[in-house]
Amino acid sequence: MDRNQTHRNRKRALKTLHFIALFATMSVICIPGLWIVLNSFRPTVEIMAKPPIWTPTFTLDHYRAMFSGAGEGGVPVFSYFRNSLIVSVVSTAIAILIGMSGGYAFARYRFKGKAGYFVGLMLFRAVPGVALSLPLFIVFAKVGIIDTHFGLILVYVALNVPFTIWLTDGFFRQIPKELHEAAEIDGCTRWQAFWKVEFPVARSGVASAAIFAFLTSWNEFALASQLTRSVGSKTMPVGLLDFTAEFTINWGGMCALAVLMIVPALILTFIVQKHLIAGLTFGGVKG
Amino acid sequence: MTEVNLSKVVKFYGKHRAVHGIDLAIHDGEFVVLVGPSGCGKSTTLRMIAGLEDISDGEVSIGGRVVNDLPPRERNISMVFQNYALYPHMTVRENLGFSLKVAKKEETEIEKAVDEAAGILGLDELMERKPAELSGGQRQRVAMGRAIVRHPDVFLFDEPLSNLDAKLRTQMRVEIKKLHQKVGNTIIYVTHDQVEAMTLADRIVLMQDGYIVQVGTPLELFNAPVNTFVASFIGSPPMNLIDGTVSGTDTIKLAGGLDVPVPAAARGQVTDGQKVQFGFRADNLMPEGHAVQEEGEKANLELTVTLTEPLGTETVLFTDIAGTEVQAKMLNPRPVRPGEVLKFRLMLDKCHVFDANTTEAIRG
Repeated sequence: MDRNQTHRNRKRALKTLHFIALFATMSVICIPGLWIVLNSFRPTVEIMAKPPIWTPTFTLDHYRAMFSGAGEGGVPVFSYFRNSLIVSVVSTAIAILIGMSGGYAFARYRFKGKAGYFVGLMLFRAVPGVALSLPLFIVFAKVGIIDTHFGLILVYVALNVPFTIWLTDGFFRQIPKELHEAAEIDGCTRWQAFWKVEFPVARSGVASAAIFAFLTSWNEFALASQLTRSVGSKTMPVGLLDFTAEFTINWGGMCALAVLMIVPALILTFIVQKHLIAGLTFGGVKG
Repeated sequence: MTEVNLSKVVKFYGKHRAVHGIDLAIHDGEFVVLVGPSGCGKSTTLRMIAGLEDISDGEVSIGGRVVNDLPPRERNISMVFQNYALYPHMTVRENLGFSLKVAKKEETEIEKAVDEAAGILGLDELMERKPAELSGGQRQRVAMGRAIVRHPDVFLFDEPLSNLDAKLRTQMRVEIKKLHQKVGNTIIYVTHDQVEAMTLADRIVLMQDGYIVQVGTPLELFNAPVNTFVASFIGSPPMNLIDGTVSGTDTIKLAGGLDVPVPAAARGQVTDGQKVQFGFRADNLMPEGHAVQEEGEKANLELTVTLTEPLGTETVLFTDIAGTEVQAKMLNPRPVRPGEVLKFRLMLDKCHVFDANTTEAIRG
């Protein structure tokens, strides 16, 4: 009896510890986001108040100001949103197409220097993006694609392709080669076998690669802040800088714009998440 | 008429030669089994016929048409894979109809063909399920259904039963044989299991190290193996082989000092002093009173049983001849204790002699 009791107590204690650890981790992840959302709805006085005010006042002033004219603290939200959307969607689509082809090639074909190429691609990921900003700036300025959607798309495609290759390679590797062989015997060309069989089976992998690529482009700040200047090409993260003046920072406005930035990303992740789970039901071949 | 002809077919993987120029003619409607230990080139050969591997040299023709440079889809074949290779994102119905859909057949025609195949294989209940929801045997049947739906010229089976448990394997074996009797197509079947080969094949092609060792009906391979490899690969338990030396023209002195007469088939083919291997199957060494009554030359031996394997209708007895472990069979078995000494009869007419150097059979 006694031993059972101590065993049960220990189990309970472990479970409690488990929850505390989980809670702490989630707090670290979630509190900054929560802080942003809450502050976007609070008057600036309250945000800056010391000691902090614990019972917040609800206000939509920051949102109202953001969407109003240039003289009243407004920023061109719609332009920034459109720029972000164009750049992120196009660069993600291109990166997925290229990355998926690359990942498939690495997973399926044997060619000379395969391992070397793969390591090389991964090394590209190791280079911090900011380190590239100055060379890119100079090259882009010379070529004349600075401050354009095209330039930014090009950069994001280059950033995302290695990771996409790495991720999709893993997914295609999990698909037995007999699937495309069966499809080819069933009358498909190699191309059809890919699109009718292997792609649908790997779509969960492609979807997760797409989310990562999209979020990278959507959230990227360092390079975009160097390579874009005008309302016509600035993305939302760069737009956040509009709220900093020489001596002051409009925290409330910045938080409001940040919320607008987070919402589409959240929605997208939420939609694709279902695909991620649905796509993972393998079982056509004996595991 | 769908014959499959292989002529001097060679396969290289880099510098490694996996298949060494094999010749094989498979007749229309024949069930041919390629069998051999792993790495013998049987799967590679099948995949070359399917078009999944390039043919390094030689020629493969299906129905009189050279297919070396044709992609799989233009060879009018279908294949059942070891891991089934069902399309996991499609239902059973979609899996079965896939090839016809790719061929852009009419919706009604597809449905008819799919229902017919489902009927043959008893899949009607499973049509709306996904492969993940099926058991191993059911997946196997779907894979076979997918193969028969399009009425191919040739069926290719690549170790289709290896992933099933023993009981299911026996059951599916019967179904495959029934299927062949029903549809009557040419079948090329690869397996490493000699029992599958014996039970299914019209003709067995036994391969080793990229060469064809022997081609023949199951009984030909069983009764007249061309060398010791065939003798020990085909049949269960494998043929007993004992080293010996020919003395004079009609006696073989076995390693332990036992003398046996040269079997009739080899008489006149051996020379004095020739090193040989003397072979016989367990069925031809039986204890007195528990043997098949057959006419013919016999030798009597007194042997000590070391181990028994009761199988019900018969018991396999392990014993020792001249220091070599051999297996014998006891019909209408009674309990035998290890250490018991029994009188055995060896059917000399059924014995084989192989040259010890070349391992080839010595036969008139």
